[in-house]
Amino acid sequence: MVSSAARFSPLPGAVPAGLTDLEAGELRAFCERRRAEGASLMALWASDERDRVGGFRLHLAFLDDRGLQVARVALAESAPEYPDLSDLFPAAARMQRAASDLTGVRALGGDPRPWLRHAAWPADWFPLRRDAPAPAPREPQPEVYDFVAVAGDGVHEIPVGPVHAGIIEPGHFRFSVVGEKVLRLEERLGYTHKGIEKRFESLSLTEGARLAARVSGDSAAAYAWAYCMALESLCRVAPPPRALWLRALLVERERIANHLGDLGALGNDAGFAFGLAQFSRLKEQVLRANHAAFGARYPFDYIVPGGVARDLDEAQWQTLWTQLLPLQDEARRLRAIYDDHGGLQDRFTGCGRISPELAVRLGLVGLAARASGQTRDLRCDFPCAPYDRLAVNRITHLGGDVAARVAVRFDELFESLRLCRAILEHLPDGAVRAELPPAATDRPGCGAVEGWRGPVLVALEAGPDGRIRRCHPHDPSWQNWPALEYAVIGNIVPDFPLINKSFNLSYSGHDR
Amino acid sequence: MLKTLMQIGRVGVVSEAPPAPDPALRLAQALRKEIARVFGRALAIRQVDAGSCNGCELEIHALNNPYYNLEGLGIKFVASPRHADLLLVTGPVSRHMEIALKRTYEAMPEPKWVIAAGDCGCNGGIFGESYASRGPVARVIPVDVQVPGCPPEPLALLRGILTLVSAAADTGG
Repeated sequence: MVSSAARFSPLPGAVPAGLTDLEAGELRAFCERRRAEGASLMALWASDERDRVGGFRLHLAFLDDRGLQVARVALAESAPEYPDLSDLFPAAARMQRAASDLTGVRALGGDPRPWLRHAAWPADWFPLRRDAPAPAPREPQPEVYDFVAVAGDGVHEIPVGPVHAGIIEPGHFRFSVVGEKVLRLEERLGYTHKGIEKRFESLSLTEGARLAARVSGDSAAAYAWAYCMALESLCRVAPPPRALWLRALLVERERIANHLGDLGALGNDAGFAFGLAQFSRLKEQVLRANHAAFGARYPFDYIVPGGVARDLDEAQWQTLWTQLLPLQDEARRLRAIYDDHGGLQDRFTGCGRISPELAVRLGLVGLAARASGQTRDLRCDFPCAPYDRLAVNRITHLGGDVAARVAVRFDELFESLRLCRAILEHLPDGAVRAELPPAATDRPGCGAVEGWRGPVLVALEAGPDGRIRRCHPHDPSWQNWPALEYAVIGNIVPDFPLINKSFNLSYSGHDR
Repeated sequence: MLKTLMQIGRVGVVSEAPPAPDPALRLAQALRKEIARVFGRALAIRQVDAGSCNGCELEIHALNNPYYNLEGLGIKFVASPRHADLLLVTGPVSRHMEIALKRTYEAMPEPKWVIAAGDCGCNGGIFGESYASRGPVARVIPVDVQVPGCPPEPLALLRGILTLVSAAADTGG
């Protein structure tokens, strides 16, 4: 049998990507082959094509050894349905429900419950349908959601959220417990859904970068880069080398800042406040240097279509350069303290474990996958410029527990510090922004960037007038939120905050 | 343990002086004199993310780092709205968070204040108003002070908070 990968025709762009069109009838068999070939499902979304080619389209983005492969399935307007795929790719379950909520394109045989829709708009109204009339004003009403109940002697439920006891994004967790032990966790997300995909369709292709950076603020650089990559694919243009190196510099600094923050918070959640004080001090130093070099502590709008917003001058270069070695020394000293701390290691080790086998089955991605023995890292597997010149070291740990996710963060922190040094040392000269030719309107463009949490994907289609026709940003949290439900089974309730923080998934990036 | 203590000694105190209050951040309604008199400068804050991109949360977290040392000023974040004097709200208010935000506000004891933080909290930001977003916080609950920024820097947030608690001086209390 011919490999299913062979039928994809290449798309231009910084990451190797391909596109194929499928008939609805061949989707199941195609997905079975994709799974057998070891491809993982990166994203699934739907679009309304009634104004163009007719009917609807289901889009599936796979990641395999050749890169990113997008399959499009034409669905009839009279029956926009396709067979459930969640038995093959468990991560598809919630994406299918989201596609159904937003476009009315349904998976037959899948979980019929809504996912991103609560009670804010009616079940027969679909925001991403092009002819959707403005929804009638609706008084806010509480949602009734059909949680899976656990029965048995002494089993009780603990509802948590959407407002959490801290400075955290909103979401609901329903624990079924016996005594202190967690039997089951069911997540209810979608509270921060703010209609981002619909909003994209009212923006120009250039303006879209600003919105992309705000899908998940902690991954702004990764999203902005992925969006620009997708747009530059549509325009068949490559930014100047210097711009690409500066983009990578910002993405690696984003990784450093987030890892520093998480390492402190993980110490704190295990009762070691010293860790929070020390690591948050280092993170602050990184943010202040960002302000000096890029104009903002969180330079959301630094990465722009065609390149970056402005160049780095000598003094700014110096600020970033002189920070790196002292930061590395401090982090090393703190790692030694963490490693030697018996109480801390006792909390970290064996807590919230996802075995390598389970990680494969669930399709875990990014940092959490690499803590469970997986090796995928876009910077290593499909290194676009400048990663093709930097030989990024792959970080993997086997433990699958909180300790392993801490260890991956430490290792990646030091690797990113090394990358920042290499980038600053070899930063090419030249312009930092290219003009964008008109965007193609007859094919999608894709961008994928290994953000600190995992691979961020943006799929973009242009309309005829420089506007966005459809934009689908995908956060790695989609794959990893379901894994958290597994990670807590058998653990005690007080360990949940620690386990949750060790994944540190995005609500906003997921809810969109 | 020795290494931990040595690290604490090596770093020392890095906390910086807080910024001055800025009355311009205040919305039209006057803050009641007695509120400031009751609380002085001690304040308990409950933060609610009503739909933000999580960027504002990163900077609110930074308020607790040793440089800004919020607790050193007598101001702390609390877990329950029942313990809170101030509600610090971020995000355009998503329709899915509207009820939770109102309930959180209603659960706070009087007297109480609200700060809307970030461009989205102030005016809806890039997300604006839609089938999924109500836009600015003030459309859902009463707001006393607005702190713009995307995200607002910790100093701006701190200035907004201190603007509230310094109301006593301005109103003659």
